[in-house]
Amino acid sequence: MSSREDILARVRAHKPALARPLPQVPFFDPPPGTDLPATFRESFVRMGGTLPDCGQDDPLDVVRRIMSTAPVTCSRVPEIRGNRSLSDDTPPASLADIDIGVVRASFGVAETGSVCLTEEDLLVNTLGYLPQHLIVLLDPARIVSNLHRAYQRPEWRSMHYAVLQSGPSATADIEGVLVHGAQGVRSLRLFFVPGHDG
Amino acid sequence: MSGAQGSDLNRNPPHPGRLDHAEGASIPLHSRVREAQPRGAVINGDQPIDQAGAAERFIAAPEHERMHDARLWDLRQKRDRQMHGIAEWEDLRRLASEIKEHALTHLDHYLEQFETNARANGIHVHWAQDADEHNAIILSLLRDHGVKRLIKSKSMLTEECGFRDFMAESGVEVVETDLGERIQQLDDEAPSHVVVPAVHKLRSDVAEVFARTLGTDPDDDDVHYLTEQQREKTRPLILDAQAGLTGANFVVAETGTFVVCTNEGNADLSANTPPLQIASIGIEKVIPRLEDLPVFVRLLSRSALGSPITQYTSHFRGPRRGGELHVVLVDNGRSERLGMEQFWTSLKCIRCGACMNTCPVFRRSGGLSYGATYAGPIGLIIDPTFNRHRYSSLPFSSTLNGSCTNVCPVRINIHEQIAGWRRVLAETHELPLMKKVIMREAGHLLSHPALYRTAIATADSALKHLPRFMVYNRLNTWGHGREVPAPPRETFHQWYAANRATKKGKPA
Ligand code: SF4
Repeated sequence: MSSREDILARVRAHKPALARPLPQVPFFDPPPGTDLPATFRESFVRMGGTLPDCGQDDPLDVVRRIMSTAPVTCSRVPEIRGNRSLSDDTPPASLADIDIGVVRASFGVAETGSVCLTEEDLLVNTLGYLPQHLIVLLDPARIVSNLHRAYQRPEWRSMHYAVLQSGPSATADIEGVLVHGAQGVRSLRLFFVPGHDG
Repeated sequence: MSGAQGSDLNRNPPHPGRLDHAEGASIPLHSRVREAQPRGAVINGDQPIDQAGAAERFIAAPEHERMHDARLWDLRQKRDRQMHGIAEWEDLRRLASEIKEHALTHLDHYLEQFETNARANGIHVHWAQDADEHNAIILSLLRDHGVKRLIKSKSMLTEECGFRDFMAESGVEVVETDLGERIQQLDDEAPSHVVVPAVHKLRSDVAEVFARTLGTDPDDDDVHYLTEQQREKTRPLILDAQAGLTGANFVVAETGTFVVCTNEGNADLSANTPPLQIASIGIEKVIPRLEDLPVFVRLLSRSALGSPITQYTSHFRGPRRGGELHVVLVDNGRSERLGMEQFWTSLKCIRCGACMNTCPVFRRSGGLSYGATYAGPIGLIIDPTFNRHRYSSLPFSSTLNGSCTNVCPVRINIHEQIAGWRRVLAETHELPLMKKVIMREAGHLLSHPALYRTAIATADSALKHLPRFMVYNRLNTWGHGREVPAPPRETFHQWYAANRATKKGKPA
């Protein structure tokens, strides 16, 4: 414990004795009437995500059709069945051979096109990273305007793990050339599907 | 509100005009010719780093210099577009600065608050005074858990601590999971930039490194091929590593949360795949409340890369089910810096790299020329706090043009602090001889206005001569490869004397 005490003592001795009050942080809300789902879609696509065109079809049917083309699929969404089961004691690394994972996001953020995936949405956190592709369902009623509103959500105070995911894994570490699927998922597809409680 | 219907919303997705996310360049860049990669500064014990010499080598590789400059300037311009897209940008900068200054002036309180909350959530909290203690704590954790391989996400703090070398000596394999950092690891080089660690390399350099270390095709320098090869080769190592290590961008005292921002999702892979999770965190990263967090998340990636947010912004508040989570809070000189009246606000830095992307010296000389963990404008302030003698030449690797200060999202007065270091180094006799002469000459001239005016009023004006001497000597990197603007035909004082002064009936 002595390093702890030494560090804190030095911090106490050295911290500037200046009045620096903590400011109020406004919400910077967008103008009333802003179409949040439309803003979300635009931001989401700019971040490299895609929203498959469902036409007149039920989006869940479109998801099922996409799933039927992949050998190994895993779903955390009751409406969709995959062929790889998942339980809360599934070893995290064992999800590496999944081609497509399906999850439902807790909420979305219009400003950044992010979806919030929590440890409950994922059940096993690596479901968000080890599959080659990820499909996310989002209730359009659960879109907040910006990050200030997003951090008012209860998830941050109850979950041990939550991620704001905005598009697929991406890198441009070599000469600025953008490549999706550097380490995590190669694609992120989103479907608006109202939730049962939403 | 339109589009509450799922089926409407799922139709006709919009198409992006330009890919502005992640580190992606918004203009096409392509190196044209193969050219050997210039190496960075030579580190020779405590000898002062010869930044200018290393910069000369970088500039002597025109293809590297051109790409580096273009790539970083593109990031700077993307940042500007994001800034103009947010009406409250300056409010956010002010808030970020105020929150950080509040947190730093109450740092002991917020560190203790974080520790209490993190412990309540099941996180093990350790404290490390310096690099050695940091490395020792992690090694003992790894030994306790029988860890042979650790997967790691990019962390400047661990670079500061010489973590990789230490682990190599201790028999633990460390695998970097960020592509740029992995390239640097395989090439046995330090990262050259806090956000884009391999930005100084051309695709041909990467092809060469991967051919040598991963057995890829040496003649194939296609970026997609190289990235895919790295993914395929690294994945198996990730899957059976026994521990994962990340850094942290922000630490929220109120909730005991730490936040990690990446574009590749590699921090999440490192944290969520193996059973043991460790995070190395500098003590200055703490912010008070959850509501403070959006201020920083909104600024970080916009300032760094010109994208609204990183692809992954991950929040860890406790261990996952069946996992174990350890946090190491590291001082390593930060508490001393807090007491440096002129320099303590440098601790506000959120490591976005914007000051590097805009700095003419950094863009032309490459990050490795600084021979230090932190390069570019912020490095010039931080590095001398680690070793005043070794890094004594760095505060001179700046034009003091103030561009860094203008872009800094937490409003650090970077160029003033760099100037402050020059004064401190002069007062403590850490100036190399040549610089002493220059400073004395310039100081004498600049402190005697009449003499200065006479000097610049002569036909061979000071803009031609004094600055040439100051700018084009070997010690000032900026002067290499550029010209000063043509001097005006008359000086301001001459113009003023001829125009305004006579009108007002006053002599100049
Ligand atoms: S000093 Fe400012 S601009 Fe530079 S890296 Fe730090 S936060 Fe970014």
